Amino acid sequence: MSENSQTGGQALVHALEREGVEAIFGYQGGAAMPIFDALHDSNIKLVVVRHEQGATHMADGYARATGKPGVVLVTSGPGATNTVTGLLTSLMDSVPVIVLCGQTITSMLGKDAFQEADVTGITHAVTKHNYLIKDANSIPRIMKEAFHIATTGRPGPVLLDIPKNITQGECTAAPLSEITLPGYNVPGRAITEDLQAAAKLINKSRRPVFMVGHGAVLSGAGEAIVRLAKKAGVPVVNTLLGKGAVSETHEFNLGMVGMHGTGYANKAVENCDLIMAIGSRWDDRIVGNIEAFCPDAAKLHIDIDRAEFNKVIQPDVCLAGDARLVIEDLIPLVDPLDTAAWLKDCSSYKKMYALKYQKQGGLRAQYVLDRLDKIGGQDCIITTDVGQHQMWAAQFLRTTKNRHWISSGGAGTMGFGFPAAIGSALGTGISSWAIVGDGGFQMTLCELATAAELGVPVKILVINNHFLGMIRQWQELFFDNRLTAAPLPGNPDFVKLAAAYGVKGWNIKRMADVDKVLQQAMDYNDGPCIVNAEVVQEDNVYPMIPAGAPYSEILLEAPKTKLAKPTGST
Amino acid sequence: MHIDTSKEMHTISIFVRNEPGVLVRVALVFSRRGYNIESLVVSPGTSEEFSRMTITCSGEACTLEQIILQLAKLVDVVHAIDHTNTNYTETEVALIKIRAPLDQRTAILQIAEHYKAKVVDYAPESLVLRLHGESAKLDYCVDLLAQYEILELVRSGKILMARGVDPT
Repeated sequence: MSENSQTGGQALVHALEREGVEAIFGYQGGAAMPIFDALHDSNIKLVVVRHEQGATHMADGYARATGKPGVVLVTSGPGATNTVTGLLTSLMDSVPVIVLCGQTITSMLGKDAFQEADVTGITHAVTKHNYLIKDANSIPRIMKEAFHIATTGRPGPVLLDIPKNITQGECTAAPLSEITLPGYNVPGRAITEDLQAAAKLINKSRRPVFMVGHGAVLSGAGEAIVRLAKKAGVPVVNTLLGKGAVSETHEFNLGMVGMHGTGYANKAVENCDLIMAIGSRWDDRIVGNIEAFCPDAAKLHIDIDRAEFNKVIQPDVCLAGDARLVIEDLIPLVDPLDTAAWLKDCSSYKKMYALKYQKQGGLRAQYVLDRLDKIGGQDCIITTDVGQHQMWAAQFLRTTKNRHWISSGGAGTMGFGFPAAIGSALGTGISSWAIVGDGGFQMTLCELATAAELGVPVKILVINNHFLGMIRQWQELFFDNRLTAAPLPGNPDFVKLAAAYGVKGWNIKRMADVDKVLQQAMDYNDGPCIVNAEVVQEDNVYPMIPAGAPYSEILLEAPKTKLAKPTGST
Repeated sequence: MHIDTSKEMHTISIFVRNEPGVLVRVALVFSRRGYNIESLVVSPGTSEEFSRMTITCSGEACTLEQIILQLAKLVDVVHAIDHTNTNYTETEVALIKIRAPLDQRTAILQIAEHYKAKVVDYAPESLVLRLHGESAKLDYCVDLLAQYEILELVRSGKILMARGVDPT
């Protein structure tokens, strides 16, 4: 090897360093060994996970919390296939993640070599883009392209499949200062005609609503949205992933919209005469019945991804661009509106349809989360798993800061919450509460070892009802309460289990202990800890708009009559 | 809102970077949405760096808009254009192997002559005809020949080009 040359593995690591990567979440394996070996000489922090799925969720949580791409390094075959769920999670929620996979040597590709899998083939549908690197000299170019693609426009995961002879081979190519991707264009500002058309509709509106989605979080549009909402007098609702772009304690914010959104946010959407989606893709969990969704309201759609236009809803105006830039450009075009009566209506909705839950009959998950909100939860990053606890957390834990709410929305990946909290805590140093159910937590709890090793400020709150709660709720409402595969009688003692990893833990069984234990956990600063809350086993999430139903069929509390099976998506 | 659920034939032209995997990515956009690809032609572009795909497909019109947008979104796709209802010129080539016993041979050759098909293989029991032109013309000719025994049929799939200086 000549004096100025490096191995492919070194070229990869040098490219990571040039991109400013500070941490990698990885798991060893034969085909990835040359890359791990090159990391030995680097200052990049290598987080050794216990399962590759955990690595992808950690990188995802890291990226959502910091705004920087999360990086994963795994081996070929099963190492690579274990990242598929994490890739889907990041793709559905637009999170910049780079996954580097080892691969068998190029001469053995397609010959069923040991730990070989067609990884680019498998991951075409769960990545924004992927590469099979067949020339070590293309590493600097492809790495630069990969980071550019993952982090710009609508962010998403990019996977690089790298044969071992490439990472062991010689790379003499110098870093590139520029890349050429003729098929990849990212919209920035919306065009003037669209902005004017949108402003014209807004200026005519008397009952407008802004619906803030994940795109607003990603672009940091919150401050601009508040300025526009204040100037025009427009109430704001947010989607599950839009939480935090505009503080949920802000007087204009009505909280979460959709299937399990607040009654008042949903009433505002039901009665509006204009709705503007800001970086939201009109998910079926928000729209419900498409034909009956705000049939008489003008609809505006701001999105950086043109492929989202006219996909679910046919808006009156589509604005292609970065959410923050589009809102900033709209501010001078929008007049102060005559919305006094509408704002009064919205504040009366807040009183009429306030979130409520039973305080009797045992420890309620809602109470635990409500208390966490009141005793400092807003200063922490909140991550969640998927299910009832996720919806209750979204309702009762008000998010006041951008990138402080991390949840698997589109993919609905159980097992996401806890590793995501490890990533967010590592990336920011901010205490991260992983709100998990007893079902999802068991899917990735092997990462207790990773968390303990890192000593990260992760606080796990298990909302333990010994059920797949949301499944049980649907069985109760729509399947004659036939509880198939929903009870989890074999749950371990989570506090004892955590203790085996050297992780501190507490149980809560009574309302009277909630504040004390949550405060102890909040004050604990010796690494991760766990709170196991034994909550009422059979409780339901309300409000609820059954899947595919119109907003008018919202259930604010348990229905008195039997419900028809919902027609909408799962 | 009225959703158009009628099925129509469409011809889409896609200009792509000549990268590995681009064909799979394009095919996935169609298959995921249940869209049927009727024909697909891939050919080199004006430089080695790019390729051209011409795809005819059938399905619901409202799904097609999504397909075009999703194709355009692929990193390796430079542009994707639906040429339905636009002004273009098209052509397709067919090779038709037909059993041609002496008592039917003259009639078959008359049809071939009418459609300006060229006999490219003249064998004792069979003929191979080469026919080119608009896909509809090929359809008519094949329909006529179907009264005889067509042994094999190979069609290239439609290719097209926008008229004037408009891009394809």
